[in-house]
Amino acid sequence: MSAFTAREPLLSVRDLTVGFKTDRGPITALDRISFDLGRGEVLGLIGESGSGKSVTMRALLRILPQKRTTISGSILMEGRDVLALKRRELASYRGNDVAMIFQEPSLAFDPVFTVGRQIAETVVRHKQCSWDAAYARALEMLELVRIPSAKSRLDNYPHEMSGGMRQRAMIALALACSPKLLLADEPTTALDATVQIQVILLLRELQKELGMATIFVTHDVGVAAEISDRVAVMYAGRIVEMGSAADVLKSPAHPYARGLLSSTIHGAMAGERVEAIPGMPPDLANMPSGCAFSPRCAMAMPECRNVIPAPASVGAGRSAACIRVGSVAA
Amino acid sequence: MMEQATTSSRYILEVAGMTKHFNVGGSFGKSRKVVQAVSDVSFRIREGTTLGIVGESGCGKSTTARLIMGLIGMDCGDLLFNDRAIGRSAREMKAFRRQVQMVFQDSSASLNPRMTIEASIMFGPMVHGEDRAEARRNAHHLLERVGLDPARFAGRYPHELSGGQRQRVNIARALALKPKVVIFDESVSALDKSVEAQVLNLLIDLKREMNLTYIFISHDLNVVRYISDHVMVMYLGKVVEHGPSEALFANPAHPYTRALLASMPSLDPEKRTLSAPIAGDPPSPIDPPQACRFHPRCALARPSCLAINPALFDAGPEHVAACHRSDPKSPYWTEGEAQ
Repeated sequence: MSAFTAREPLLSVRDLTVGFKTDRGPITALDRISFDLGRGEVLGLIGESGSGKSVTMRALLRILPQKRTTISGSILMEGRDVLALKRRELASYRGNDVAMIFQEPSLAFDPVFTVGRQIAETVVRHKQCSWDAAYARALEMLELVRIPSAKSRLDNYPHEMSGGMRQRAMIALALACSPKLLLADEPTTALDATVQIQVILLLRELQKELGMATIFVTHDVGVAAEISDRVAVMYAGRIVEMGSAADVLKSPAHPYARGLLSSTIHGAMAGERVEAIPGMPPDLANMPSGCAFSPRCAMAMPECRNVIPAPASVGAGRSAACIRVGSVAA
Repeated sequence: MMEQATTSSRYILEVAGMTKHFNVGGSFGKSRKVVQAVSDVSFRIREGTTLGIVGESGCGKSTTARLIMGLIGMDCGDLLFNDRAIGRSAREMKAFRRQVQMVFQDSSASLNPRMTIEASIMFGPMVHGEDRAEARRNAHHLLERVGLDPARFAGRYPHELSGGQRQRVNIARALALKPKVVIFDESVSALDKSVEAQVLNLLIDLKREMNLTYIFISHDLNVVRYISDHVMVMYLGKVVEHGPSEALFANPAHPYTRALLASMPSLDPEKRTLSAPIAGDPPSPIDPPQACRFHPRCALARPSCLAINPALFDAGPEHVAACHRSDPKSPYWTEGEAQ
């Protein structure tokens, strides 16, 4: 083990930048994002499509296509440099240290093997135990995620399960090797409302019970409010605001975060007009100069076009990347 | 203003006893099964109002829209438009389709990739006999109305637009025939939140200007509550509750509606949802449960709920729900309660 102490954050990301080569030229999908994540902490990443939420997750798990991607900055997991991991270390890092759950469980499972076998295989691979012990672990996991009659469900193929149950099975698969960090990429978005809340509550309970840190990507402010300790708001590949869930969601400081929340329809709005943000998110291949939000921002001043604002503290444990944020908050 | 429209205007569209079952399976020696997609659905919409339809996957909301549009035929049931029954003859159908238009969820799949957006908008009116110059003039007017500058956008192809812009084109195209009723089937669901808000504002403005009637189908209860005058809740092909939006959200009469509302994530991190209102997934509409289709997931279910199909009862002005256990006048109301 390295000189890692419990005081330090579990995960420390600094100036993480991800570029892609595309047909339309190079784009910067993530632009110098930095954050820390404590043990057992839940960070909600919210933002619209193309804001870089999923790219962040894929960079953390190192599953971005190598040939077309350039990554710079640093990712330290318990003091270990994730970007420097070689093949075998990487295979152990994925699964043992970090696991990911996706929006579409039917794509995450192999359709030709039973769910029990796929969970057991992961355990055998990472824990070098016998298949019997691995199947026992698979059963234990299916019970943990509260799949009814778990024993018979071990022999189910993915298509024999309903959407909600498949999502539970995927959570079981991800947690089978007790990762320290769970990456959840919109895991409840494709579920029906009554099932979504069940899965959110399950994840919240398991996360507490197992003391597992979680990064939860969602475009739904309500889902983020249900599960996050802290929230980071992303826009065009940058983190524009970060702070405790209550601070950011109840009194956002950055103009984009404010716009996003005021354009989120909620119960009390019937008959009112929604305050929509004009325009649309920028094209990453054709980014505006300076602050990426400035073309849509009602508070923008000429110098917003000149400099990319760096995150600055706006209160305890809170930061926002906006040069006008002092005057906005006032 | 909105109040008047809901209480005084006449009914523009009426659906009575609409039913659609699909046969599935039957190949490779498997037994045939029946998907009871829509069962005995009846409702009416007043001119100039918005009816929201909510429910989970498999509840029949999209099938309901497709049946109204005549995209698929009903097994039985009646459809009345302006008090006139719409038959199945091609001529009647064509005239009816001018009056009722639909906007789908997938904005790119519903536009022809090889037609400019101007041509897409002109296509419908020209089929219905409008001349080219007139159709183009209208198309440009509509593009302007939905917030796309015709000088910049008229000649573009769908792939050159963003999702929000494409959905605006679909709205313009639906309005090109000057319909009376527009059906939106999850039309804003795929849009980003900031763009969704813009499109909802646009829909509200267009409705007022053109005196349109909307059917708005969505799984997002907040959006439905925001835009609808009346809301209809469906579960496994049946209407379980239907009433004025505010009354239904404030006093839901059916246990399923209550569960659905309680499943909405709280927007306040300090007031989180503590327990899930119901367990399990919605069952498949293939061979749905007998009698009340919600009974296997319902905490209030009693033997009569498994045996006798609950009829709609009056839960308030223009407010109906189908539940033995919520209707004080039902003979089964207190069945099984402790004496």
